[in-house]
Amino acid sequence: MEVTGLTVRYGDLTAVADVSFSAAAGEVTAVLGPNGAGKTSTIEVCEGYRRAADGTVRVLGMDPATDQRRLSSRMGVMLQEGGVYPSARVLDTVRHYCALYGKGADAAALVDLVGLTSRAKGTWRRLSGGEQQRLSLALALAAVPEVAFLDEPTAGVDVNGRATIREIIRGLADQGCAVVLATHELDEAERLTDRVVIFDGGQVVADGTLAELRRGHDEIRFRSSPDLDLTALARATGVVASQVGADEYVIDAPPLPKLMAQLTGWLADQGHELTDLRAGAQRLEDVFRRLTAERAAEAGAGGDAAS
Amino acid sequence: MKAYVSQLRTELQLTLRNGEQLLLTLGIPVLLLAFFSLVDVLPTETDDPVDFLAPGILALAVMSTAMVSLGIGTGFERSYHVLKRLGTTPLGRPRLIAAKITSVVAVELIQFAVLIPVAYALGWSPASPNWLAAVGAVVTGTLAFAGIGLTLAGRLRGEINLAAQNGLYLVLLLLGGMIIPFGKLPGGLRSAAHVLPSGALADVLRDALAGAGTDPTQSWLILAAWAVVAPALAARLFRWDA
Repeated sequence: MEVTGLTVRYGDLTAVADVSFSAAAGEVTAVLGPNGAGKTSTIEVCEGYRRAADGTVRVLGMDPATDQRRLSSRMGVMLQEGGVYPSARVLDTVRHYCALYGKGADAAALVDLVGLTSRAKGTWRRLSGGEQQRLSLALALAAVPEVAFLDEPTAGVDVNGRATIREIIRGLADQGCAVVLATHELDEAERLTDRVVIFDGGQVVADGTLAELRRGHDEIRFRSSPDLDLTALARATGVVASQVGADEYVIDAPPLPKLMAQLTGWLADQGHELTDLRAGAQRLEDVFRRLTAERAAEAGAGGDAAS
Repeated sequence: MKAYVSQLRTELQLTLRNGEQLLLTLGIPVLLLAFFSLVDVLPTETDDPVDFLAPGILALAVMSTAMVSLGIGTGFERSYHVLKRLGTTPLGRPRLIAAKITSVVAVELIQFAVLIPVAYALGWSPASPNWLAAVGAVVTGTLAFAGIGLTLAGRLRGEINLAAQNGLYLVLLLLGGMIIPFGKLPGGLRSAAHVLPSGALADVLRDALAGAGTDPTQSWLILAAWAVVAPALAARLFRWDA
């Protein structure tokens, strides 16, 4: 899937401005961003549901705006809102979608795959939020998709359900499907994705593999007493720590053995506990916060300059 | 074809499994027909009330299925993003609309298969019914009511649409010449009632099935106008997603 210079407008409001990125077959690409960042608008254009004001989009070599019918038979979609009639039964619904796509997918097997066999005769309205998400995923799989757009696939799903969904999505990508995942759940995205595209303010602020986005942003994150003397710690270690929670601290530096020894030694000397210690690449959540904060700062600086 | 058949099956399953829809499309028409045929309290101006009621109740059946049932169902499908979801499948809007039309026609056939024998059992004896004209009236009325139902469904939120469809159903039932003759309505209301789709459909059905003795041309023209304008309005105003 190739998105080039995409712009989406709603009247006078520009929701997406000159966005470009791609998603490859056999990979899971996470599209992340705060609410209103332009993720859903972009994905809806890729699905052929919404028209672009400018730019080009190619999905499986087709233009979704003009080839939506042809594209839809090769595309699986999971809507955040569900999109299932409340009185529709689980197995009936999956069977219906298998017939709509006509790809020969086995409805009962799909229901089993997402772990809903015991609920096969239940209606959508009787399912829990997590079960509704799993049914919604089964409907996307009914397409035997070559490209799949999955919106918040693990929202409201319990721990075991999440593991099942991750396994299914990974399996989909391993079979050669280009999976595009829109989510707010960064931990899930971190476990699943090959590539990350971060939206903010209608623009792409980062696009790359997790390793690329983390490069040059190692950190040491630890928990200790809530009242550490950070000035004294800086004198002892030569690096500045910042307090990010009541008892949580972060040092933006690579976890070199000497520094780790200095840090733990200082804590021991001062009689402080070390209740948690993680060192290495930034978590996706930190990458996300850093990039969106940088953009907010730039926007603020721009605003100051303008005023 | 497989997608269309599957969609039609789903439409029918959901309609026939829905108790409220069954009450609206079958329960109320049968109850009104039986009750007011047996309890002669309506000013029908006929020897046997069923002779007046039967064509009116058939018009009511068309209105309840093509407008209220279709409109409420489609409105909730829009609110629940069912239409958006279907829009991402190979089904396509033409086949979705075709499935909905077929479903409405199928339910109407079931209604007529129940209502007409019930009317005959209650003593209905149409002198020389013109069934062809009646079928034409039903088709034209179906188009008109479906257009009205879908216009509301395509613009209003699910619950508001539900209230609006039910409210309109009641107004059109009372003013539409279905159970109360136009002649019994006050002057101003009577003129308005004649241009309502329910009034026009009841009028042409009554003429076709009971030979009402009036010239139905004006009612045919009014019904045809509704059958053109209402679907055109629905096509123009309908929003596929909430």
